[in-house]
Amino acid sequence: MDEALKTELSRQGIVATTLQDLYNWGRRSSLWPLNFGLACCAIEMIATTMARYDMARFGAEVFRPSPRQADLMIVAGTITKKMAPQVVRLYNQMPEPKYVISMGACAISGGPFKQGYNVLKGIDRYIPVDIYIPGCPPRPEALIDGLMALQRKIDAQQLTGPTRPRHLNADEPSEFIVPSFGAHDLEPSQNPGVWQAPPLVNISPAAKG
Amino acid sequence: MTLETLQPEIEAGVPGCRLEIVPNPSPSAQHSLLIDAEHALPIAKFLRDAPHLRLDYLSNVTGIDWPAREVGEKVKVKKTVDGPDGKPVEQEVEEVQKTLIPGYLEAVYHLYSMELKHGPVILRMRTEDRDQGVHLPSLNSVWRSADFQEREIFDLFGIVFDGHPDLRRLLMWEGFEDYPMRRDYVEPDDYEYEPTAHDEVLRKTLQHHGETA
Amino acid sequence: MTTATLPPNVHLSPKASADGDTQLFEVSMGPQHPSTHGVFRMDVALDGEQVVKLKPVFGYLHRNHEKIAEDESYIGSMPYTDRLDYFCSITNNWAYALAVEKLAGIVVPERAEYLRVITAELTRLQNHSSLIGFLMQDMGASGTPLMYAFREREKILDLFESLTGARMMCNYMRFGGCRVDLPAGWLDQAKAVVAAFPHFLDEFENLLASNEILMARTQGVGVLSKELAVNAGVTGPMLRASGVNYDLRKVDRYGIYDRFTFRVPLGDHGDVYDRYMIRLLEMRESVKILEQAMRDLPEGPIQDPKTKIRGFKPKPGEAYGRIESPKGELGFYLVSTGQPNPYRYRVRPPSLINLTVLEEICLGQNIADVVIILGSVDIVMGEVDR
Repeated sequence: MDEALKTELSRQGIVATTLQDLYNWGRRSSLWPLNFGLACCAIEMIATTMARYDMARFGAEVFRPSPRQADLMIVAGTITKKMAPQVVRLYNQMPEPKYVISMGACAISGGPFKQGYNVLKGIDRYIPVDIYIPGCPPRPEALIDGLMALQRKIDAQQLTGPTRPRHLNADEPSEFIVPSFGAHDLEPSQNPGVWQAPPLVNISPAAKG
Repeated sequence: MTLETLQPEIEAGVPGCRLEIVPNPSPSAQHSLLIDAEHALPIAKFLRDAPHLRLDYLSNVTGIDWPAREVGEKVKVKKTVDGPDGKPVEQEVEEVQKTLIPGYLEAVYHLYSMELKHGPVILRMRTEDRDQGVHLPSLNSVWRSADFQEREIFDLFGIVFDGHPDLRRLLMWEGFEDYPMRRDYVEPDDYEYEPTAHDEVLRKTLQHHGETA
Repeated sequence: MTTATLPPNVHLSPKASADGDTQLFEVSMGPQHPSTHGVFRMDVALDGEQVVKLKPVFGYLHRNHEKIAEDESYIGSMPYTDRLDYFCSITNNWAYALAVEKLAGIVVPERAEYLRVITAELTRLQNHSSLIGFLMQDMGASGTPLMYAFREREKILDLFESLTGARMMCNYMRFGGCRVDLPAGWLDQAKAVVAAFPHFLDEFENLLASNEILMARTQGVGVLSKELAVNAGVTGPMLRASGVNYDLRKVDRYGIYDRFTFRVPLGDHGDVYDRYMIRLLEMRESVKILEQAMRDLPEGPIQDPKTKIRGFKPKPGEAYGRIESPKGELGFYLVSTGQPNPYRYRVRPPSLINLTVLEEICLGQNIADVVIILGSVDIVMGEVDR
């Protein structure tokens, strides 16, 4: 529709929009996070909800304690192998549409504790992640920036066609395999359907030895 | 109260015990007392209840892994070597003599007194070896603060504390089969990727990729 | 398998003991729970509403700090100590620096000692105020008192950020002093924050002293006896609430704490109310220490110019250094064999050892009180699991 016509109509009190814009606007303006803090990043997440960097202005009004009532999981903190099955289970229990923000270096790839035997090298090994926020811990402004990036991503989602989001596509899975405790490591150690190790592009000749 | 004055007191209070002072060469001068596993419980009770000691506060229990190691000592030995004019001559030569110290696991206890405000008194207990003989008595019945700390040492080092009421893994999951803090623990082969891989990470990524770039 | 026994005033309901027909209700609280202060799980067996058995389960944040430290140099572990008790990164740094200074015999200059005291007491202020805010949150006042506590915390975090560059993970101490000196105007800003703090404490004290719900829910709940506290190695405000006078700032007199006049508050009953009042009173004492330290701060270097920074290899030996962190006695035990990496690096976690008595003090209480009792123990999972 013509923009000038839209403006004229809105002056008369008539709003014209598409179903897709309305649907996306409703979803992105009321993202309710799951009350899920693991480690130090959780404190910055709590600080983001406090009076100084109020996250409630962005629609994240209440942090729901139950996964059945939440649609955003902010994985804040290091995921250990002992905790990983619970994280995946919680993700599976969230109803669609659901989003994951990986907050902090530990949730992205293991962070400073990457050498640890009990540390999972990033939550994206088992569940699909939408937004990554680097930092150790990321400042509250960075978390708000990540939330706004997620909002822009939701705004850009097309409701029909091959690029439609996961919850409108019956072929895409919405629950993922929960790892179990093995004798030395988790089994499986990653979910190949979700994460593939990226190929190495450049190895310097000196390193090749 | 130093360890030199404490040792005869303990030997008088707990007859038959074997003690050894382990000196600490660092500037902290926190020397420790090596006690034998057999008399550990009576020694602990004596230290806690003796009226001039009253070491009622067990602050820290640590596990240490000492794998078998070779120590070389420079020793002067008399050897026959060829002299300058071809005739054999006896000379003093410096040689490195190697001795193999067998491996053991160690539990170190730091004791303080809340009543008399002195301390620390440091006790050490060593296991016989690192395979089957890994039993040590639990001091949980004397100081409750050993409860979780001994469980953690069992979890991460594998020392079995006899007499502990609830000895199971504390930090790792049930069903985990290794003792991760031991020096010979091999980590699981978690594929680690970094854009500018070097050293250990590079070796692992090359292993995973073959040698191709 | 359980070592705890029921206190004498608790009786199982007659039906359960007579024919054994009724079952105990077993609840697993956590690891994801709005009130468990991190990833902490408790397996609780309930008889109706009363707790009959409670087994804590840890390890969900076991990040292998001690193993990683064996591969790092001594200074390389300093940023990892920030992440142990992530509320109080500066006191963690100080405990580690103290242990290494004992191991290697390093002396700290005057100005650095004063800066250490100033930053450590600021850390204590923001830790205790956040904890009282979390108590209110756990009791159901969803979020509003926590907002007041975090408002004060943000002022202190601003000070840390202008001094060290980071809000939470400050990485401020070095072996033999501090990393960086005060920027211009920092001292005046800090004095303003400290001058305004007693007014905020008055606000909070009004809440604690006159709110009937809070007093009814916390007085007489979760009583910890003196003998059990000492025997179980409990330290910090939880120990002093049970009446034992053991504050490492007065006992060990590490740093320059013997130059400041401050009192150590002690509790009479050892219940949840006492633990919170102790923390409130400790905040007032910390304000006193801060005023004295900021008044007497001398000029000088913040690190001894002769300390060896590159290639730091302490001689073989071992050392145990401990400080009074806001949670209790935080100690580091280091064993060195002359290498640039420590041979054994051990953290003595106050939160883990304070949890030894959790089962005892929760038996016979209602399930709703367990959450408050856990809050009063003041645990941070980064420290419990390391």
